Amino acid sequence: MTVIFLNAALTFFGSIGRVLIAAFSAIGRVSIFAWTTVSRAVRPPYYPARFFEQLLQIGWFSLPVVGMTAIFSGAALAQQIYTAGSRFNATSTVPAVVVLGMVRELGPVLVGLMVAGRVSSAMAAELGTMRVTEQLDALTTLRTDPYRYLIAPRLFASLVAMPLLVLIANAIGIFGGYFVAVYKLHFNPTGYLATTRLYLDATDLQMALVKSCFFGFFIALMGCYHGFRTQGGAAGVGRATTDAVVSAFIMILLSNMIITLMAFG
Amino acid sequence: MANDYKIILEDVAKSFGGNKVLDGVNLEIERGESMAIIGQSGSGKSVTLKCILGLIRPDRGAIRVDGENITDLSTRDFERVRAKFGMLFQGSALFDSLPIWRNVTFSLTQGRNQDAARMRKIAEENLERVGLDAKVLNLRPSELSGGMQKRVALARAIAPRPEIIFFDEPTTGLDPIRADVINDLIVELVEDLGVTALTITHDMASARKIAHRVAMLYQGKIIWRGPRDRLYDSGNPYVDQFVQGRAEGPIR
Repeated sequence: MTVIFLNAALTFFGSIGRVLIAAFSAIGRVSIFAWTTVSRAVRPPYYPARFFEQLLQIGWFSLPVVGMTAIFSGAALAQQIYTAGSRFNATSTVPAVVVLGMVRELGPVLVGLMVAGRVSSAMAAELGTMRVTEQLDALTTLRTDPYRYLIAPRLFASLVAMPLLVLIANAIGIFGGYFVAVYKLHFNPTGYLATTRLYLDATDLQMALVKSCFFGFFIALMGCYHGFRTQGGAAGVGRATTDAVVSAFIMILLSNMIITLMAFG
Repeated sequence: MANDYKIILEDVAKSFGGNKVLDGVNLEIERGESMAIIGQSGSGKSVTLKCILGLIRPDRGAIRVDGENITDLSTRDFERVRAKFGMLFQGSALFDSLPIWRNVTFSLTQGRNQDAARMRKIAEENLERVGLDAKVLNLRPSELSGGMQKRVALARAIAPRPEIIFFDEPTTGLDPIRADVINDLIVELVEDLGVTALTITHDMASARKIAHRVAMLYQGKIIWRGPRDRLYDSGNPYVDQFVQGRAEGPIR
């Protein structure tokens, strides 16, 4: 009996241990990857043209999808707050909740998720294809460092683009809420804007910017890391793309929670 | 005597997980010589090449290029050695986001957008060497046939005038006529440019045409080496089975 029990316990703790070891080694590999990129990027050669190319890809071409996400969410948020607030005579909180909810939480998170869906997947697929067609090896043999040439421009462009996208999304989201509040729920336009301005604090914007920098970093890091380690042909590229998007989503939601809890801790 | 050798592999070993791919490879390649390594798929030919190129670090052994052991060089020092190398990849591995002329001159600009006029000129000269004219300069790799991509890749490999060129299955995926055109080009380039060449292949016709000497890799070791004329009467049952492509024999 004791032997069977011990064996069962060993299998149980063993499987937990294996998962933990896998998780920690993955964290270690990602950290080494990020560190390698940053430490090589500070030394020449630099690739400003590649950086601006990526800035255009990540920032400019994400604008339509980010704008739509923000306006729809802001509008829906205003309606929800109004309906919920009317149960205890608190409909006047609509502008305050819309601005705070949008700037602190929904703006950064939704933009982060949308951009991750667009950008992490594209990076993983592109770098993964370059890996399986030996283009990454070719770069190295042509004396060009893939970390400097491919990874660093993506990482830094994403880091710069995300805060800008989030600021724009916040403005559009607030406008979406304003639109519904004024034209559907008959708020006073001047009053609504005044309340919005009253509740919007510099610290809220700071929080949005801090979050968006983290998200931008994770979006590019996950896309590049998974793309770079791709193995096994077309199926491997598919796996890398999925892993990139899923891990970017998790990192965004996890870091968002940690930042929010720490900020109000 | 060591001075006559351009590349020396001494007891090079590499495992992936529990899988021993290279198990003590010894090989010497003379300056200006063209050597071919033959062997089955999965016999470690590509890994051997990648070890020399510094894409994979061997577990054991030494690789000497011009007498210098390159296995324990730092990333930065390896850059200097890599300047001696040119490489033709099996699938060409052209950068599909760049036009042909940027591809050909990539090692000269290291991917930066500089000296466009001069680089186009250099690209044109190198493309001419591999029998392509200036019409392809502005095309993208995906707009070319497999054989033409191979030529562009060849032009890219020779553009920085390397001292050593590696050819990874140069004829794979080409029809017999196009394959022979590539073989001719390789022979011509190796002679004209006076480079040392190392080819890995399982195409016997190609090995016999390109190489001065042939070595056979089997289960992670070099089991035979000799001049190309001896390939078909090596007296080695493994080599015999391989070059004649028989299913029956010591290799299974």
